[in-house]
Amino acid sequence: MNAAHRASAAAALAAATRWRPAEFVFWAAAAASWFLLPDQYLLLNEVAIFGLFALSLDLALGYGGIVSLGHAAFFGFGAYLAGLLAKWGIGDPLLGLAAAGVASMLLGFATSFLVLRGSDLTRIMVTLSVSLVLFEVANRLTWLTGGADGLQGVVMAPILGRFEFDMFGRVGYAYSLSVLFVLFLIARRIMSSPFGLSVRAVKGNALRTAAIGIPVTGRLVAIYTLAAAYAGIAGALLAQSTQFVSLDVLAFHRSADVLLMLVIGGVGYLYGGIVGALLFKVMQDWLSGLTPQYWQFWIGLLLVLLVVVGRERIFGWPLALWRRVAGRRA
Amino acid sequence: MLTNLFDGVAYGMLLFVLACGLSVTLGLMNFINLAHGAFAMAGGYVAAYCVNRLGAPFLAGLPLAFVASALTGVVLERTLYVHVYGKSHLDQVLFTIGLVFMSVAAVDFVQGSQQQFIALPAFLRSRFEVLGVSIGAYRLLIIGICGALALALQLALTRTRFGSRLRAAVDDPRVARGLGINVDAIFMVTFAVGSGLAGLGGALGAEILGLDPSFPLKFMVYFLIVVTVGGASSIIGPFLASILLGVADVAGKYYVPEAGAFVIYTVMIVVLLWRPQGLFAPRLAR
Repeated sequence: MNAAHRASAAAALAAATRWRPAEFVFWAAAAASWFLLPDQYLLLNEVAIFGLFALSLDLALGYGGIVSLGHAAFFGFGAYLAGLLAKWGIGDPLLGLAAAGVASMLLGFATSFLVLRGSDLTRIMVTLSVSLVLFEVANRLTWLTGGADGLQGVVMAPILGRFEFDMFGRVGYAYSLSVLFVLFLIARRIMSSPFGLSVRAVKGNALRTAAIGIPVTGRLVAIYTLAAAYAGIAGALLAQSTQFVSLDVLAFHRSADVLLMLVIGGVGYLYGGIVGALLFKVMQDWLSGLTPQYWQFWIGLLLVLLVVVGRERIFGWPLALWRRVAGRRA
Repeated sequence: MLTNLFDGVAYGMLLFVLACGLSVTLGLMNFINLAHGAFAMAGGYVAAYCVNRLGAPFLAGLPLAFVASALTGVVLERTLYVHVYGKSHLDQVLFTIGLVFMSVAAVDFVQGSQQQFIALPAFLRSRFEVLGVSIGAYRLLIIGICGALALALQLALTRTRFGSRLRAAVDDPRVARGLGINVDAIFMVTFAVGSGLAGLGGALGAEILGLDPSFPLKFMVYFLIVVTVGGASSIIGPFLASILLGVADVAGKYYVPEAGAFVIYTVMIVVLLWRPQGLFAPRLAR
């Protein structure tokens, strides 16, 4: 009886991590977009970058349960670091990406200890003020960051020495999408490992998780650090593919936007950020075409509706469809 | 030196009037209202419109700002906020950020993005010297109004029946309900008064803080600092926190302008780490 239980539990865990047909379709469609939509490269590039950014927030919020209102801190930090490296002559994109990832990871590790204390409100306040401090730093260090004028003179070397960035975003989108795919695979692997399961357990009930011997603080520090690294890499992608960094990367609305993307797409299953980024960017593109100055109003209205009406009722039907397609076949 | 202190106190008093509504919302309903600044902005714009366009006297514009913001507060509370009280903090944050975005864009649409000024009457624009301290009449008015309000709030909270019900509801809403206190009604009234005070603060502060569509975003952090540093369970805590913040901000901008806003953010992070319940909050197990 016991052995049967254990076997079925193991099977359930394995089934939850198995690749589903819909996932193959998703990535095939993403790859196909590069061939089929050549005049949308710039938009798609942003979708891929913000998809990665939202994915990183999903790690912290969806898996770790850490409500952050200052996730742009890591995004902007990575962007400035990658931009500065390229400006100083180290133009190799992959090297810059790795450097930005490591540096943001260190920043995330350092600030994770601030974030772990206190309630949701304290976390919101601390993450918010960390990002505001970074914004102020970037604003003041004009000699380094260019201040409000933005960081200019970012010159990227070709990727792997072969693929030169072009102004239409052809190479840029392929680059961003590849990085997104690789990092997604890593995140998926981590989150279906015993480590990932224990992080979810912490979110579910920290007290019980501690009681069965899982170090709660350690897990939260780890997931927050990982999320910071991902956000930094997303920022670096933006800096490299646009070859420009402005103060805007650290602004408050970045943190709010990424939260919105994640919530539109759904929290806690890794695809939510990417789907949300796609919907958000397409909607933003469309709205800012209609009303260049006031599109934020509609974004705000969407947020209010999302909460008051409820995500389930708005996004319920496509989700049900998704479940039916992707549902367990085992 | 003393002039700076005086300006700092005036600034702090203003912050208190702006933020005290938020501290009640947070303490009473455990609700994170990032849109509090939007009510302040609404008050400021109403006052600016009445004074500049309709020619109302400045001192009449202030109560108008209070009433307009309080009414907006009640309407929004009854129609939208009630649905969100029971939801997670994440939902509350999303909802109120949405409101902020909407208010920013709507005001931009109606009034334009330029800075608004409220025409001050001549007697408020004068300055005079007392014991070597240069005092602006307008700042003196702010200190007078805000000080009186703080005193009135403190008395209302400690001496009236409504105040004791409110305190009971803050301490433990469930038990308060059990004792037959209508917590929802109390909350609606306090929400309205808090929004009204924010509106009054927005009108009073237009001269000092500036008034443009980005107001709710710019000052959101300041309000939250007041509440988190002051704690959310009394009037005295946020009051002291506001004065401290005001004096520190004015002094910081005057003596170390290159440090900018760092000082404040850093102080807040340190305070939050040191005493997550707020600097002046009693150490309660909640």
